[in-house]
Amino acid sequence: MKQGTAQVTAEICKKFGNDRTRLMDIAIAVQDRFGCVSHEAMEEIARQVRSHRVEVESLVSFYAFLSVKPQGKVVIRLCSDIVDWMKGYKDVAEAMARELGITMGETTPDGAITLTHTPCIGMSDQAPAALVNSVVVTHLTPERGRQLVRDLRRHLDPQQLVTMVGDGNNEHPLVRAMVRNNIRMRGPVHFADFEPGSALRKAVEMTPADVIRTIKDSRLRGRGGAGFPAGLKWEMAANAPGEKRYVLCNADEGEPGTFKDRVLLTECADQLMEGMTIAGYAVGSDTGIIYLRGEYRYLLPYLQSVVEGRRRQGYLGRDILGRKGLHFDIRIQLGAGAYICGEETALISSCEGLRGDPKNRPPFPPQEGYLGCPTIVNNVETLCCVSRILLEGSDWFASMGSSRTTGTKVLSISGDCRKPGVYEVPFGITARELIEMTEAENAGTMLIGGPCRQMIGPDRLEGRICYDDLATGGAIIIFNRARNRLEIAEHYLDFFIEESCGYCTPCRVGLTLLKNQVHKVIDGAGEPADLVEMRDLSNFIINTSRCGLGQAAPNPVLGALEIGDLSSGFVAERKPGLLPGFDLSKAVIDAELRVGRQSKYV
Amino acid sequence: MGSKPRIATVSLAGCFGCHMSVLDIDERILTLAELVEFDRSPINDYKEFQDRCAVGIVEGGCCNEENVEVLEQFRKHCDVLISLGDCAINGGIPAMRNNIPLRECLEEAYLKSPGVYNPLNVIPNDKEIPLLLNRVYPCHEVVKIDLFIPGCPPPADAIWAHLVSLLSGKPVEPDYKNLKYD
Repeated sequence: MKQGTAQVTAEICKKFGNDRTRLMDIAIAVQDRFGCVSHEAMEEIARQVRSHRVEVESLVSFYAFLSVKPQGKVVIRLCSDIVDWMKGYKDVAEAMARELGITMGETTPDGAITLTHTPCIGMSDQAPAALVNSVVVTHLTPERGRQLVRDLRRHLDPQQLVTMVGDGNNEHPLVRAMVRNNIRMRGPVHFADFEPGSALRKAVEMTPADVIRTIKDSRLRGRGGAGFPAGLKWEMAANAPGEKRYVLCNADEGEPGTFKDRVLLTECADQLMEGMTIAGYAVGSDTGIIYLRGEYRYLLPYLQSVVEGRRRQGYLGRDILGRKGLHFDIRIQLGAGAYICGEETALISSCEGLRGDPKNRPPFPPQEGYLGCPTIVNNVETLCCVSRILLEGSDWFASMGSSRTTGTKVLSISGDCRKPGVYEVPFGITARELIEMTEAENAGTMLIGGPCRQMIGPDRLEGRICYDDLATGGAIIIFNRARNRLEIAEHYLDFFIEESCGYCTPCRVGLTLLKNQVHKVIDGAGEPADLVEMRDLSNFIINTSRCGLGQAAPNPVLGALEIGDLSSGFVAERKPGLLPGFDLSKAVIDAELRVGRQSKYV
Repeated sequence: MGSKPRIATVSLAGCFGCHMSVLDIDERILTLAELVEFDRSPINDYKEFQDRCAVGIVEGGCCNEENVEVLEQFRKHCDVLISLGDCAINGGIPAMRNNIPLRECLEEAYLKSPGVYNPLNVIPNDKEIPLLLNRVYPCHEVVKIDLFIPGCPPPADAIWAHLVSLLSGKPVEPDYKNLKYD
């Protein structure tokens, strides 16, 4: 068996050219084959790619979808995002665990099925949802959960669980997913007809500098959330010294509540890849990488077929559109379940076959990115915009939206509303209009841009979706007035604590301290000083964390503090002198029970 | 009682290392004795407060009910209460038990640990022994604390500087060289 593991592992390494930078692909392939990346396999991988076992282990231990210990043949990952909780996650989880006879995180004794949970899988509009290996199941109920387990026990084939397929390309033979697109509003940039090759033809008639000029004139800003001007990024990369340049597409939308890229990848793959090819032409790159989050693996065969189709049509590969020397090709890099890889420097690390650790900046990726070469990293939606801008012109694009944020935005809206789904709207739309569009009743709180951005209350509904006001990468989550804002904040703190890499102390330790304090107030054991401390600690974490995760994680807490009166979570003073939050009778109860006498101080 | 400001000190769940650091102000202790009157403190072994105090210095966190009671007394009698050292501020070494249930801690200490001689197999349970808390609490989770001086122990110079500022009514400004630990 040992020999077998080593041999198969060696073959897998060989398939990827024994290339150290393809460690992600190697580890994922080994995980697929054996249900784990064992120590023997890690030894062998290290030998083949001329690395060290500890380096391989550091990668394997980083990604949630890779494991050293064997997992079941089928792994059920229930999505535990807050929207799933609101839609009944807890009951589904209990029903499935009982049916399997195991608890969350365990594998059945026969090694067949593992039940675990995972943060947002990009299905908030059809929650509760789960990944069964890479197959998505949606709209779960306790009864459907039990049935799913019974079916799996019989055939152990996740694909057979798909009895009904969704709309659009979810029906495609290479996708066959029960996922629904839920496109509620079609705008002119992404959901209008697109003829493959048309934008690329226009681009190659221009000089690369003119293409960049066009993008700059359109005032296109990055759709991932940060809003950096795309044209400027391209220009920096084009002017940076270097022999080779790279175009990376960030398809790792991990921000809880975001699922618009999933729909764009499903329905606009050609438009996206064309955007990448145009970017490659503009900055002088011949290689593109789409970093596809592991949760969207069910789209991989389809996306690969689109790549191959474009190669056949002469839109990818060598001598594109018959032009001598114009080369550009795309490979798809699969992720393995790490939120932080949506941060561009972490994404680059992951593409390089490393842990998804963010890199120090400067140098910025357009100067030194993937493998040290000038690299542009753009969001799926940004690259889709590029194709449309080339077709319709920069003036057309800039005429939409607000003055400093042009074009349209694809929003993924979920939570307490009747019509969750994807909406392509012009920038500048107000939060109130979104509430009306989605038929959300009694909306009390909105998360604009997911937990890493901002939480707003009913007094800010006139705010506008744009980079100068309510900035968002696309996630909008609506909560009704009955929901406790601090509980929302606590849920997301749990998420950030789980996703923190532990590299820096403010994030690793600070978030847990913050969670404890939030919990104290939720528990009704808080006092006014807790709110001051929560704010101080939040700001401390924001100011001293190394990367965007820690710098953003306290935002839901700050939002909850900002919006509402939290005094219902305070207790009255118990004993003069002692802080109200300290309850001596609770603190001594263990000892009282042990010795059988009461404290004389209580 | 004289008119000098009074100081009280106590060691709760600490090791007296912070008190050693107080003594480590060397000959300045003579100046201190001229400036202040010591109230309840291990230095003079008073067990009860004699009068209202300007400053209370607390070493160690709260690990049992008596610690809580004493800390409460300090809060009542002192104008300014100082958490001195890492145990008072964070719980320190005693707080290492915080993730282990109380029962397991006691069994490990009195019954199971290698080298334990306990033929009657009992965990001490005299009513004079204060009841342990479910975990060790830093002082500021029990009463309001006005000043925190970190360190294990805080350097004598830091303690001296803070006391002098307080007693002379000047703002207390942390001195970087006394409070860096790298």
